[in-house]
Amino acid sequence: MSSAQIEIQLIAIVVALACAIPGTFLVLRQMAMISDAISHSILPGIVVGFLITQNISSPFLIFFAALTGVLTVVAVESITKTNLVKEDTAIGLVFPAFFSIGVLIISSQLGNIHIDTDAVLVGELAYAPLDRLIIFDIDIGPVSLWVMLGILSLTLFLLIFFYKELKISTFDAELAASLGFTPVVIHYFLMSITSLTTVGAFNAVGAILVVALIVVPPASAYLLTNDLSKMLLFASLIAIFSAIGGYWIAHLANTSISGSIATLLGLIFLFVFLFAPDNGLISVFSRQKRQKLEFTMLTFLIHLKNHSFTNNNPPEREIIHLTEGHFRWNKALAKKILEFAEKNNMISIDNGIINLTERGEKFTSEALNFILNNETSKLEDINEKFLLFRG
Amino acid sequence: MFEFFNLLFTDFTIQTITIGTAIIGLTCGILGSFAVLRKQSLLGDAIAHSALPGIAIAFLLTGVKDTLLFIIGASLSGIIGAIWIISITKNTRLKSDSALGIVLSIFFGFGIVLLTIIQRKPNANQAGLERFLFGQAATLVPSDVFIIGIIGLLSLLLVIIFWKEFKILTFDPQYATTLGFNVQLLDLLLTSFIVVAIVLGLQAVGVVLMSALLIAPAAAARQWSNKLSTMIIISAFLGALSGVIGTAISASNLRLSTGPIIVLIAISLVLFSFIFSPTRGLLSRQLRYSKNRKNLRLNKTLIQMLEIVDSHEDYSHPHSIKLLNDLQGFRKKCLKELENLGLINIQTNQWSLTDEGYKKAKSL
Repeated sequence: MSSAQIEIQLIAIVVALACAIPGTFLVLRQMAMISDAISHSILPGIVVGFLITQNISSPFLIFFAALTGVLTVVAVESITKTNLVKEDTAIGLVFPAFFSIGVLIISSQLGNIHIDTDAVLVGELAYAPLDRLIIFDIDIGPVSLWVMLGILSLTLFLLIFFYKELKISTFDAELAASLGFTPVVIHYFLMSITSLTTVGAFNAVGAILVVALIVVPPASAYLLTNDLSKMLLFASLIAIFSAIGGYWIAHLANTSISGSIATLLGLIFLFVFLFAPDNGLISVFSRQKRQKLEFTMLTFLIHLKNHSFTNNNPPEREIIHLTEGHFRWNKALAKKILEFAEKNNMISIDNGIINLTERGEKFTSEALNFILNNETSKLEDINEKFLLFRG
Repeated sequence: MFEFFNLLFTDFTIQTITIGTAIIGLTCGILGSFAVLRKQSLLGDAIAHSALPGIAIAFLLTGVKDTLLFIIGASLSGIIGAIWIISITKNTRLKSDSALGIVLSIFFGFGIVLLTIIQRKPNANQAGLERFLFGQAATLVPSDVFIIGIIGLLSLLLVIIFWKEFKILTFDPQYATTLGFNVQLLDLLLTSFIVVAIVLGLQAVGVVLMSALLIAPAAAARQWSNKLSTMIIISAFLGALSGVIGTAISASNLRLSTGPIIVLIAISLVLFSFIFSPTRGLLSRQLRYSKNRKNLRLNKTLIQMLEIVDSHEDYSHPHSIKLLNDLQGFRKKCLKELENLGLINIQTNQWSLTDEGYKKAKSL
């Protein structure tokens, strides 16, 4: 590896980490699209900042553009507060307005400006090491690496010192308010960090990859764990992995680095989305299928219990009743439920007449008890206790 | 502006572009109304971004640049993106904001990967990332406008055919389910129409500004009507209007690109509606508030006067104005207004209730 390659990967890792940490809280607070809005509406801030400083990585420009990002949030909130439109509509109106103004300033005022609007959106990590930070004639590395390291340290510092406050205000805003944490302050604080990170990162990786890095690693992590600290850890690991992996994919396929990182993030998310142990699509579907089967059987058992005392041989307990009587099930379903109940030793079939076994009787009574007392959540426990075979 | 109208009747290119942006604005206005009402405003943004890989793949497979191909590729990948968003929201604990952000950034990133590969091919002459990002209104030719017109007309027709279904789906999906409609299918159908409108809009304003073109006319129209059909007609009109005015401004100044101008016009219409709408607008709301506040103050003063008056047998007996000064919330202005309303009489520094004033105070 050449030193430029190492530097590019270092920048990618630092940017990915700096995005994943605020991203975790944005995803949990259901504000992921705010990052999209901020990443676009910093454009006029960057353009005006550039007009003043003539230097794309000057701290003043970063500060000024970050301010535009916070302004976006303020604008969205004040529009939402009027109750004239919903929050998502407000977001969808505010950032295009900001972005349009940015584009118009570029196209009308500065024919010779060195900002490409598509570079702002797409970015090019490969050029990031070209801009060097030189102090006392010593080259200490790419400017964007140092800028992002600064932002990452600030983020980490704030995360460690305000972890408790962030956690409480994210999960229980009322409790946080009653404890005196003022959620509004924490909210703006998070918005400022997000804005700062986005501005710092856009030059290296572009606005869209910023969104990918802010949203995708935390969202994937959220499907894997219920614990905030683990979520932060998983998100960081996914971010680092995709930064390095994306770089090498781009290197081998000779294509855009930021695009490859986003694509790799997409594959990671797709994998987690399908296979996550409790929250993945496959797990969700198989759970739904099982619950449906178990609940259908319970309905049938309750029906049997209702008719167990009336007389010795009621039509309600005949097998044919399932397809032609009150249930009107199709043959396949009737067969499936009968087999499932019999396998679990809930019923016995005698000459086409179905009877609850002792075990079935006990199971049904307990289940009914929970249903009548509105404690249906406990049904899962007795399923666990009674069923020999789960659905 | 005047120059533009002159050109509109003489210049064929300007005519073509104006008709094109007007149809795009109209289609977006109609379908955007559903997006706004269904709280899917940001779907426009996500789908606009997720159309990119479809365009790139269409170009990779066929090697030609063609508007219809562009629309088909973009619509297909847009619909796949939309289905993934719906599936994430429905089946996992992630909320719609995360789902939108995920699909938007991943699809767009993948599209960039494909575009970079295309651009490095020898005969690609820039497959038009610029055009996709910022729209290409200025390059619309009659055949493009023809295709846009047909698709726009088709979606309008389908909205009319499925009017009842879409209306019920928008306002009460649970009720639609109980009526036996296949809500999932209808949802997919309506979402697909919205995708097509977005893909058309991409040609006028590009990816980033697409969300505004989709929802701004509808958000503005929402302020003027509570009825779906009226709202959609107003929205379609405002969408077309933004297209025409935007084209006019950018035609008279070549440095101003069409997309951002169209979007800024549409957003100005929203701001105008926010402020000046007669029922919901901020101005009328403020006027209503201050009127209510004034009435409240007058009534309060009147009641306080009644308390003073009741201490005397004859209610028309005059009392000193000084008595009122100590009362909470009393203002000199109130006396003048009450006198104008004929509820009290004032003589130098004394006041008394009139018959009408006494009756009004008693009734409060």
